[in-house]
Amino acid sequence: MWEEYVSPRSIKEALEILQSYKGQARIIAGGTDLILELKEQPRKAKCLVDIGEIEALKQIEQDEGHIRIGAGVTHSQVASSMLIQKEATVLADAASAVGSPQIRNQGTVVGNVLSAQPAADTAVALLALEAEAEVATASGTRFVPIEDLYEGIGISKVNSTAEIVTGVRFKSLGSNQGSAFERLAQRKALALPMLNVAVVVTTRECQFEEAKIVVAPVAPTPFRSKGAEVVLQGTPISPESIKQAAEAAAAEAQPRDSALRGSAEYRKKMVKVLVKRALEQATERARQQ
Amino acid sequence: MGKHLLTMTVNGETVEVAVEPSTILIDVLRDELGLIGVKEACGRGECGACTVILDGESVSSCIIPAMKAMGKEVLTIEGLDKQGKLHPIQEAFIECGAIQCGFCTPGMVLSAKALLDENPNPTEQEVRVALSGNLCRCTGYVKIVDAVLAAAQKMQK
Repeated sequence: MWEEYVSPRSIKEALEILQSYKGQARIIAGGTDLILELKEQPRKAKCLVDIGEIEALKQIEQDEGHIRIGAGVTHSQVASSMLIQKEATVLADAASAVGSPQIRNQGTVVGNVLSAQPAADTAVALLALEAEAEVATASGTRFVPIEDLYEGIGISKVNSTAEIVTGVRFKSLGSNQGSAFERLAQRKALALPMLNVAVVVTTRECQFEEAKIVVAPVAPTPFRSKGAEVVLQGTPISPESIKQAAEAAAAEAQPRDSALRGSAEYRKKMVKVLVKRALEQATERARQQ
Repeated sequence: MGKHLLTMTVNGETVEVAVEPSTILIDVLRDELGLIGVKEACGRGECGACTVILDGESVSSCIIPAMKAMGKEVLTIEGLDKQGKLHPIQEAFIECGAIQCGFCTPGMVLSAKALLDENPNPTEQEVRVALSGNLCRCTGYVKIVDAVLAAAQKMQK
């Protein structure tokens, strides 16, 4: 499947190896998606560059109100991190929902973004947190909003034969903010999501200042439900305003009929249910802060 | 490209195996080291039959490149008993009738061990979550969950 396997000790070394292979080498972190693609599809690589041993990528850090998660950090680590549970709850919830304990112990949050599946649990949460990815190349590092990393279903704009996403970062949630993650699937584990919803609400006294509402898979990329978000801007917090936002999200969502995920009709109705539940929980969490 | 010398600790012993760079961990364990207690069922990391413990964490060995285990500790089902004396988890599985065809059992036992090593007194829900990556087509899981809870009791004595 591949001819060479290397484990560089630094990002610089990893980038040099990628350059020397001129597009024939590929980054691997946890490999829970990549190995399947290499086993089952025409996707090939001559060399796998394993960044899992690079210490600098294994950190969850907080710095001046921003949280940064390195590319080597697994879903398990994010799910059990006290910092993430407290200040980015939606991401801890999403990371706990991925696959299974075995997958969570190996798979990484950054990898979940780069697999470019529209409903990837942690990517949906990161979008609600308005996260950015840190993309490193030989000529420098740039920051790209997560939502700009999608070329198509399963196709990331990041070229993992030439660039390395070294981490993702976002603002930690403040005491006037709450977040929540809701997942609908046929089983409680080892099941692809029929629907994932992530929300972050910012409140002031008895009002919603603003909300970020992400729904997936209802489009080729995780979908920010801006129509629903607008309903909550400057609106009093009430069951009625939450209901209206949930209805707006359902109206905007265009899921397709899917043998794997469920019918369009059912899932459109469930968007309303999940968004309502997520908004209620996020609001409650904001209140408790 | 040539073979690499993979060094790792397997069931407490240092091993060195010459492997092709594209070898998958389960194949090294089964074919090179004869540890055929590690079962391959789905080959996609979606059933847990191939579960081993890597540096203390349960993982699906059928989707892990063998090279990822370089310098690490691997525990397979063969590493649980001590000179034929069964581990309390293994005893509990037998006593509770938690084994039918046995194909999921090595993975189940190892997921249970990974749980109990970290959380010696889990709730039933915590046991279910810990086993949620291991599928069983025979038992309906009830006796398996009972066995893990019984093992927790045994191990605390």
